[in-house]
Amino acid sequence: MDQFLQHCLNALVLGGTYALLGIGLTLIFGIMRVVNFTHGELYSFGAYMMFMFVMLLHLDFFLSLVLAMLLGIALGAAIEFLLLRKLRGADIDTTMLVMIGAWIAMQNFEQLVWSGVAKSIKTPFPSSPLVIGALSVSWNRIFVLVVALGLILCTYALVNRTRLGRAMRATFQDSDTAALMGVDIGTIYMSTFALGSGLAAAAGALLGPIFVVTPTMGDLASLKAFAIVILGGLGNIVGATIGGFILAFIEELGAGYISSGYRDAMGFLLIIVILLARPTGLFSRKERIG
Amino acid sequence: MKRLGTLAGLLFLFSIPLWLGNFYLLHVLIITGIFIIAAMSLNLLLGYTGQLSLGHAAFFGIGAYVSSLASLGFAVHLLPDWLVTLDPQPVWLGMACAIVITGLCGFAIGKVAFKVRGAYFVIVTISFAEVVRLVALNWDELTQGPMALNNIPPLSVVIPGLVDITFVGKPANYYLVLVFAILTYAIIARLVRSRAGRAMIALKENEALAASVGIDVTKYLVLAAVVSAAAAGAAGALYAHYVRIVDPNVFLFIYTVTMVIMVVAGGKGTLAGPVVGGVIFGLLPEGLRSLAIAPEVQWIVYGVLMILVVYLLPQGIVPALRAYRQRSRSLEPQDAPGANASARQAMP
Amino acid sequence: MRGASARVALAVEGLSIRFGGLTAVESMSFDVKEGEVVSLIGPNGAGKTSAFNAITGYLPAADGEITYRGKRLNGLKANRIAELGVVRTFQKTSVFAGQTVLDNILIGLHLRSRQYPIAIILRFPFVAREERELAEEAHEILRFVGIDAHASELASALPYGELRLLEVAIALAAKPTLLLLDEPVSGMNPTETANFMKTLARIRERDITVLLVEHDMKIVMGVSDRVVCLNQGRIIAEGAPAHIQRDAEVIRAYLGERYARAQD
Repeated sequence: MDQFLQHCLNALVLGGTYALLGIGLTLIFGIMRVVNFTHGELYSFGAYMMFMFVMLLHLDFFLSLVLAMLLGIALGAAIEFLLLRKLRGADIDTTMLVMIGAWIAMQNFEQLVWSGVAKSIKTPFPSSPLVIGALSVSWNRIFVLVVALGLILCTYALVNRTRLGRAMRATFQDSDTAALMGVDIGTIYMSTFALGSGLAAAAGALLGPIFVVTPTMGDLASLKAFAIVILGGLGNIVGATIGGFILAFIEELGAGYISSGYRDAMGFLLIIVILLARPTGLFSRKERIG
Repeated sequence: MKRLGTLAGLLFLFSIPLWLGNFYLLHVLIITGIFIIAAMSLNLLLGYTGQLSLGHAAFFGIGAYVSSLASLGFAVHLLPDWLVTLDPQPVWLGMACAIVITGLCGFAIGKVAFKVRGAYFVIVTISFAEVVRLVALNWDELTQGPMALNNIPPLSVVIPGLVDITFVGKPANYYLVLVFAILTYAIIARLVRSRAGRAMIALKENEALAASVGIDVTKYLVLAAVVSAAAAGAAGALYAHYVRIVDPNVFLFIYTVTMVIMVVAGGKGTLAGPVVGGVIFGLLPEGLRSLAIAPEVQWIVYGVLMILVVYLLPQGIVPALRAYRQRSRSLEPQDAPGANASARQAMP
Repeated sequence: MRGASARVALAVEGLSIRFGGLTAVESMSFDVKEGEVVSLIGPNGAGKTSAFNAITGYLPAADGEITYRGKRLNGLKANRIAELGVVRTFQKTSVFAGQTVLDNILIGLHLRSRQYPIAIILRFPFVAREERELAEEAHEILRFVGIDAHASELASALPYGELRLLEVAIALAAKPTLLLLDEPVSGMNPTETANFMKTLARIRERDITVLLVEHDMKIVMGVSDRVVCLNQGRIIAEGAPAHIQRDAEVIRAYLGERYARAQD
């Protein structure tokens, strides 16, 4: 029983960051209909920025977190502006291929700059964990969960309570009508991509200190993000949040009780099974986001 | 005239091992040839039938593993007390099994493609390849996991009294791959220029209209997937018996990406496209390597090139060349006097 | 006018089509006899295209029976219905844009061809022969419709009038015995429309039964044997063209109460 609870606790922490990844991608995928293969790279970018700020520039840990996320937002905006802007209206495979090219270039650039050696990031938290009865959890992980939940709530508020969010939801439903209503689709697309990328970078910055930082860490993150989007339904923030936690639980419990080697396969098997049963996703409420 | 050109080209290709002294280059050509077969197969599904299938390395790898395991033999416990064994089979049988089994996988993917559309289908295919990779990595009893399958026997064809060849060494494998490549090209070319090919193109361009004239969309989607997968499986089997070591890295997404670049840059939906794309992106790494450039930079160049091709030549290299040739042809002065005048006006 | 036989070709009985809570068509019953030309008219949103979609397998019928020559069409896949001889065109321009005009017709000739995959791969001699025959037939169809001159052009390069003719040609290639045309002359200028009427007459001569959805009253009155008028998912009038023109219900549906009273 204790082992079970411990797994659940770990899953909770992981789920928060998975949710961030998923929310970021579901907004991009949902509003812009872009198969964003660079999402994982923003994740590793966030982690590497944390490494750079904390370990190389010796900045304050929490400041570094904020900076990493801001840089993620900036990078996302840059990608949208440089690569996707001209492709607006092109087929889905064209944008997909450009995203793949960008992903390859970015990952190898990271490999070139940082080398493939795994990097670790020191945290300011006490190394002895918090112990509650038979369960233990590191302070770092608690911090990650709290920040993740905070960011999720902020994003939800942004999309549902602000003017920008309203414009985003309108664009999701019908971009032509939204444009006719005066929404600047260009700004919305850039904001969406920037926001989604920022969330991915935040996830990477949060998880970097917990695990290690490698150039390929983004690949699995990307695929898991897609799994979460499918679980939760396109453009559905609440769905992505729930999906992130579900995926984390399935991974943790699966790895704990079935086999740890196949841990990462859980997500993919989940995708395949869900899509075969419900070809448009699990919670797809196609008509709205938020 | 075209026939003569094709014949000359084929003669040239067959002659290469006779004068190319550099065995390393021959090796590069063999690997490129194998990738071209895989690219041609992907083109049928991605280019002609318009299905965003990004799990093609799965078919390639399954072909490699099936053929290797069949020719090496294996012993696995499917249940704790149920041992399933297979004695080593002749390589040609292993290859045939590889083609059949990957064909069946293609059948399954084709059925799935019909239900699951667009971007979701992309994700399913990528997930499928990842699952297969993780299985190959973890199921050591069957696949040796990361330790790889070693000492895979080469293909040997023995017809008592007539033929006794073992395809070992680079020249022999070059010819084997070349023959398979030509065969694959011929099969795909015939399919594409027929009723079946038209049905595939129709379902890509306008599915509702295709159904309204009686085209069974599922049937042709599945047909494209089966042929595509089987050809990729054949490429995988060729790879396994040439390199004679197979590990779970054959399933890596990066190989699928390589095939996709070859098809898209070359020209998806054309017969020559994957060949041209294959030659360029097969030989490019070698060219870059000779310039002593780090592998990371190579891949960065790949990535940037992909983006550029999509922007500048969205249809691919082959269609761009054809369009260019057509434009210069239409600017040539013709015999009718009226045409002469307008031609002169058309030229800048 | 060529007489229609008494035999029923298409029988629609009690057809209802619903989307979620919305009823597009309610208890619609009508039939089309062999050799007839029947027009479905009605204001926008009356349910005409939904009826077409249900008949040809693009929409499920919530209620009712659709039979063609005795065979029940409910629940059959669209391509299977086409095999039975029921072929439709689409309201929005629908061609294979990236292919040449000739290739468009060749695709349409799919059902006419007997090639199967193994024969294609192994290059059985009849494949090449059939390809030649198909090309011949394709040109014949293009000549019938009047656009053979454009045969090697890309479909996307065609001007609008020719494009709509291509749509009809593709449908004709599928060897229909019942042809459903969804607003075939919408967007055409008067000359093109007049030409189309002649093409429609030639189609009739080939013993093809036609069910037409149209707004252009000249075509409707000019070619139809019978007219069926829909409004808000129900049939409100049915009969010979001249009779329909004066029917009060029809006028009310299109133009409102004032005009209906003005007719009295």
